Amino acid sequence: MKNLVVKLGAAAIAATVMATGAWAASAYPKNKPREQDWSFAGPFGMYDQAQLQRGLKIYAENCSACHALSRVNFRNLADLGYSDEQIKAFAANYEVEDGPDDFGDMFFRPATAADAFPSPFPNKEAARAANGGAYPPDLSLIAKARAPIRGFPAFVIDPFRNYAENGPDYIYSLLTGYKDEVPEDVSVPEGLWYNPYFASGTALAMAPPLFEGMHEFDDGTEATVSNMAKDVAAFLMWTAEPHMDERKQLGFRVMVFLLIFAALLYLSKKQVWARVEH
Amino acid sequence: MSKLEHHGTYTPTSGVGKWIDARMPLPRLMYDSFVAYPVPRNLNYAYTFGGILSIFLVIQIVTGIVLAMHYVPDATKAFDSVEHIMRDVNSGWLMRYMHQNGAHFFFLAVYLHIFRGLYYGSYKAPRELLWILGCIIYLLMMATAFMGYVLPWGQMSFWGATVITGFFTAFPVIGVPIQELLLGGFAVGDPTLNRFFSLHYLLPFMIAGVVILHVWALHVTGQTNPTGIEVKSKTDTVPFTPYATIKDAFALILFLALYAYFVFYMPNFLGHADNYIPADPMVTPAHIVPEWYFLPFYAILRAITFDIGPITAKLGGVIAMFSAVLVLFVVPWLDTSKVRSAVYRPWYKLAFWLFVINSVFLGWLGSQPAEGVYVALAQLSTAIYFGFFLIVMPVLGLVEKPRRLPNSITEAVLERSAKTGGGSPQLGDATASADKS
Ligand code: HEC
Ligand code: HEM
Repeated sequence: MKNLVVKLGAAAIAATVMATGAWAASAYPKNKPREQDWSFAGPFGMYDQAQLQRGLKIYAENCSACHALSRVNFRNLADLGYSDEQIKAFAANYEVEDGPDDFGDMFFRPATAADAFPSPFPNKEAARAANGGAYPPDLSLIAKARAPIRGFPAFVIDPFRNYAENGPDYIYSLLTGYKDEVPEDVSVPEGLWYNPYFASGTALAMAPPLFEGMHEFDDGTEATVSNMAKDVAAFLMWTAEPHMDERKQLGFRVMVFLLIFAALLYLSKKQVWARVEH
Repeated sequence: MSKLEHHGTYTPTSGVGKWIDARMPLPRLMYDSFVAYPVPRNLNYAYTFGGILSIFLVIQIVTGIVLAMHYVPDATKAFDSVEHIMRDVNSGWLMRYMHQNGAHFFFLAVYLHIFRGLYYGSYKAPRELLWILGCIIYLLMMATAFMGYVLPWGQMSFWGATVITGFFTAFPVIGVPIQELLLGGFAVGDPTLNRFFSLHYLLPFMIAGVVILHVWALHVTGQTNPTGIEVKSKTDTVPFTPYATIKDAFALILFLALYAYFVFYMPNFLGHADNYIPADPMVTPAHIVPEWYFLPFYAILRAITFDIGPITAKLGGVIAMFSAVLVLFVVPWLDTSKVRSAVYRPWYKLAFWLFVINSVFLGWLGSQPAEGVYVALAQLSTAIYFGFFLIVMPVLGLVEKPRRLPNSITEAVLERSAKTGGGSPQLGDATASADKS
């Protein structure tokens, strides 16, 4: 009879996992994201500050020309290991609109730590107009907003191997996945670029944004497309989930507490029931 | 077992205790309900989900109230306010992930609890009202979770609300007015968000009220047990405290550990990535899929692709979907068996497990596009779902020959322990269990 619990449990877990993992079979992306090693993967994985700093540099020098990052404030950069002075100086490179002043006029001033990253375009329409009709999405949450179908059996296995890096794997694969040769059966409209890793079609309106050697890193990291894609993807994971380190650290303490508590309760339960046949 | 039988074992010792007892015997009620309350001695872990469910209701209410302090029910600000909770509010991410994953585990527990009831025949007389109160809780939970899911105002929130409220338009005459009443307009928008927030705050407290009735009814009839035989003598039961308390606590902590694993290590595994994109009425997501706990019903909805006389396919689907939930209410009268527990009903036991597998399969179909072979499979699976309740339950009860029942719970327990724990570790004995007695 105790089997019932085990069986029901197994059935329920299978149901949960199946149902959430098996999204409708869509045709895109043509290629599944390639899994990378991330410093923040796994129950003890943490962000690598040096990597996030390189990612910030790539965003600031490159992606920010088209993409907003409006949910991130300059003060948040303290997480990346910057001091208050460094953040102040970095923010001052940006101009933000403020006002109205005493005369009722809007004005521009240098950004402070309390400001969010200013957006490259005043509105969606302007962003579209500048990008051939396609809207470059705000990147703040993109690492959590893109999670291509894992398919069976991966989605069943994922909870057991604690795989939660779908988003950064996708961004990395997209940025490194542009292909010059287009397969016969694919037609790429004028002004779009073929990328078999893109989640919502065969081709996208973003030209390949990364080229070998286009950024320089103080720590001597080689500016290969792959390295840069990885660093910026890690940075975008941080912008989407800034409290991940804290979450996992607290999680560890909670799990240890619950498991010890469970063991003690189990022993007490045995003790209490020892005198009763059941 | 009547309520009176265990009434009066409470003896207040302190002066204050006696004073209160003479005026409003609340401590006595608590004592009789959660300390002295007799429970069958042979309950297994399938009986621990009731306690787990009440804790999850508390978790949802506590985290929900904290979220509501920072949440803004305004179509232009809702998404930002949830992100503000995730980023800037102290431990906001924890409250949000606990609430979000809490809903998933609440449903996991309620499904296990319902399956337990179906397996052990918990709905049979005299527990019909207890069962119906449970079904009402389940309905209220579904409404609460649906409206809660709309609050973060992501793409799935918006489009899920659009699709689900759209079902109502299938009903002739009253359909469109109902939909407009739900939405507060002609399409999902600010008024929808505001009324859903208000109702999402209200319904959990209604659930708490029905839970009190549910527990009251439970304490009048007493629990069932794996043998399905009613309690006959004192030796059949043990006091709730410490026996059930410690067992429930152990199961609860294990369940919480599983929940915590998802909250802290995979908080977004059970959700949809699309809900991290702010709602956009101009962009329809490629696949609109409800949360996993609604998927079997979603599959039933889409399985009806043909008109039946004046009933259009759309209306037929909506009727089938509502019927799939409502059929649970009449289960006490559909099951004709004299024997309560599946342990002594070999054919029912088989049918039960097929039903469980079929329910999981329906859930999977609900996540697939409604096209090609999936439609035929969903139709077959829907037929099996209703067949279990409307054909198997009434017919099996009449034709099935149950196994011999033990005379009492005590006898069943002692018979089993004589077989398994009798000190002679013979191989043949090791496989014997109460299932076979
Ligand atoms: C010249 C402008 C431009 C630059 C620079 C640029 N992007 Fe884009 N990006 C776009 C446009 C336009 C789209 C929308 C593409 C579409 O939907 O077809 C886009 C889309 C994306 C997407 C979303 C893809 C999806 O699944 O919808 C990601 C992720 C992305 N860009 C990342 C980056 C990163 C990282 C950088 C910096 C290394 C970058 N972009 C630099 C214009 C740009
Ligand atoms: C039966 C208990 C409850 C269930 C099943 C439930 C379910 C849900 C669900 C599924 C969500 C969407 C989560 C997400 O995807 O982000 C949600 C959001 C929310 N709920 Fe509840 N809830 C319950 C009780 C409450 C209570 C009592 C409150 C208190 C007011 C509350 C307040 C909120 C708020 C403010 C949100 C929006 C913030 C967010 O999305 O995280 N909930 N709820």
